[in-house]
Amino acid sequence: MDKNLKKYFPIFVLPTLLAFFIAFVIPFIMGVYLSFCDFTTVTNAKWVGIDNYIKAFTNKEFLNALWFTIRFAVVAVISVNVFGFLLALLLTRGIRGTNVFRTVFFMPNLIGGIVLGYIWQSMINGVLAKYQVTMLMDAKYGFWGLVILMNWQLIGYIMIIYIAGLQNISPDLMEAAKIDGATSWQALIKIKIPMVMPSITICLFLTIANSFKMFDQNLALTAGGPSNKTTMMALDIYNTFYGKVGFEGVGQAKAVVFFVIVAIIGISQVVLSRKKEVES
Amino acid sequence: MKKQKAADTGILCLLIVLVIAFITPIFFVLMNSFKGKLYISENPFSFPRGELFAGITNYTEGIRKTGFFQAFGYSAFITVFSVFAIVLFTSMTAWYITRVKNKLSSVLYYTFVFSMIVPFQMIMFTMSKLADTLKLNNPLGMVVLYLGFGAGLSVFMFCGFVKSIPLDIEEAAMIDGCTPIQTYFQIVFPILKPTAITVAILNAMWVWNDYLLPYLVIGVSTKYKTIPVVVQYLMGSYGAKDYGSLMALLVLSIIPIIIFYLFCQKYIIEGVVAGAVKG
Repeated sequence: MDKNLKKYFPIFVLPTLLAFFIAFVIPFIMGVYLSFCDFTTVTNAKWVGIDNYIKAFTNKEFLNALWFTIRFAVVAVISVNVFGFLLALLLTRGIRGTNVFRTVFFMPNLIGGIVLGYIWQSMINGVLAKYQVTMLMDAKYGFWGLVILMNWQLIGYIMIIYIAGLQNISPDLMEAAKIDGATSWQALIKIKIPMVMPSITICLFLTIANSFKMFDQNLALTAGGPSNKTTMMALDIYNTFYGKVGFEGVGQAKAVVFFVIVAIIGISQVVLSRKKEVES
Repeated sequence: MKKQKAADTGILCLLIVLVIAFITPIFFVLMNSFKGKLYISENPFSFPRGELFAGITNYTEGIRKTGFFQAFGYSAFITVFSVFAIVLFTSMTAWYITRVKNKLSSVLYYTFVFSMIVPFQMIMFTMSKLADTLKLNNPLGMVVLYLGFGAGLSVFMFCGFVKSIPLDIEEAAMIDGCTPIQTYFQIVFPILKPTAITVAILNAMWVWNDYLLPYLVIGVSTKYKTIPVVVQYLMGSYGAKDYGSLMALLVLSIIPIIIFYLFCQKYIIEGVVAGAVKG
């Protein structure tokens, strides 16, 4: 079977592989190389060593964006997971109409980032107008605007994953706890939460990765304003590439740093969930 | 028992309040889309009654300014063909690299997995330059780029499923004289269908909503703009912002998504959960 199939490489693999080289492999290798170069178009690259990286790490806007992203991620990850888990608890009690609620809570997740950003920009500016301010007057409005937007978008998604986890707990276990006289609080702390630990790991990493990679929502909601105080990492990289000529190399170096951060998050998720699988 | 019932009624009320809070932003946009554009910032929370009511002028204006229906057409074209190409080609690739065990297959597999953790910003500059050089700055070229950049997750998900299919079925087909192509399309692909639906939904959501890739590759000066690109184009350009047109465009962009959601709800929710758990 192996030998017979092997000849069919051009039909089965080549189309995907060609597209994969054009859209990923070549741009990735070029990207790593160009992060050590000075260039404006790809063809006039000149090797400058780690110069771009030094410029990136001494660039105030980049450090601000990094710090803003971390603060945003902490608040967003905690709030999305807490609210998502609470909703999942409410929706696994067998109340009538559970499906309708589930449908509504999940819906914002399907709307794209640009559209989401403008929906909330007009909403928040509408509310703030009562106090004679706009979102671009103070960075704190943009920060909390992004947190609210992120919650609206992701709570339903996270909730669905927690619901799947909660429904996997065997009813016998809950029954046994009840017979032993456990209160519902004890059942939650001692049984439900430990049993959904795998879902918690998935949701935590999902929200962390989403927070770090956020771009569309950031662009549409505040576009980084006021004066780049609400710019997140992805948007800062974009601005470095396309905002001013001559900084393409620095932009590419920032992109590599960004990639390394996102990769560390992704790899630690794999390592952590592998370890759990071995233990259980 | 009575206590339980009272608690349930309380929770039901709480959920209803939450649902209202959840749909408020959409209702807000819908309401304002029928208001005269000057009133949107003045009276954002009042109903479009009396002099505030503007009929469908925001819609006609928004559609005229952005060529919304054309953008809808290009979005639909790119999404449908990209999803079709991704499902077809990546499932074939996944089957091949799972069944043919050699060095090349495992190198390919790990490269695909690796590509899943690379954020788009890492390659956006070089990819758009390469796409320009190769003349991929058109809807068909976008399909190639989506196939390439989406291959990682899709190949990974198909591989996971192919591994669980027993070899006997395929071997029996081959002994009966099927070529690999016949075996694949008549035996393997029908078994892969559940994963194919998941992969199709995840990629459809991504491609339909994607902004940066079409913006960088196709740009705003051609006629091939997609929906997210025209929405950003309307608001991102300098000059007076037309919030009336924006509200109408937001409503028009949400409607197809809600219709799609209502029809394929079960598959979408299952697909997204499966994608999250495996990815």
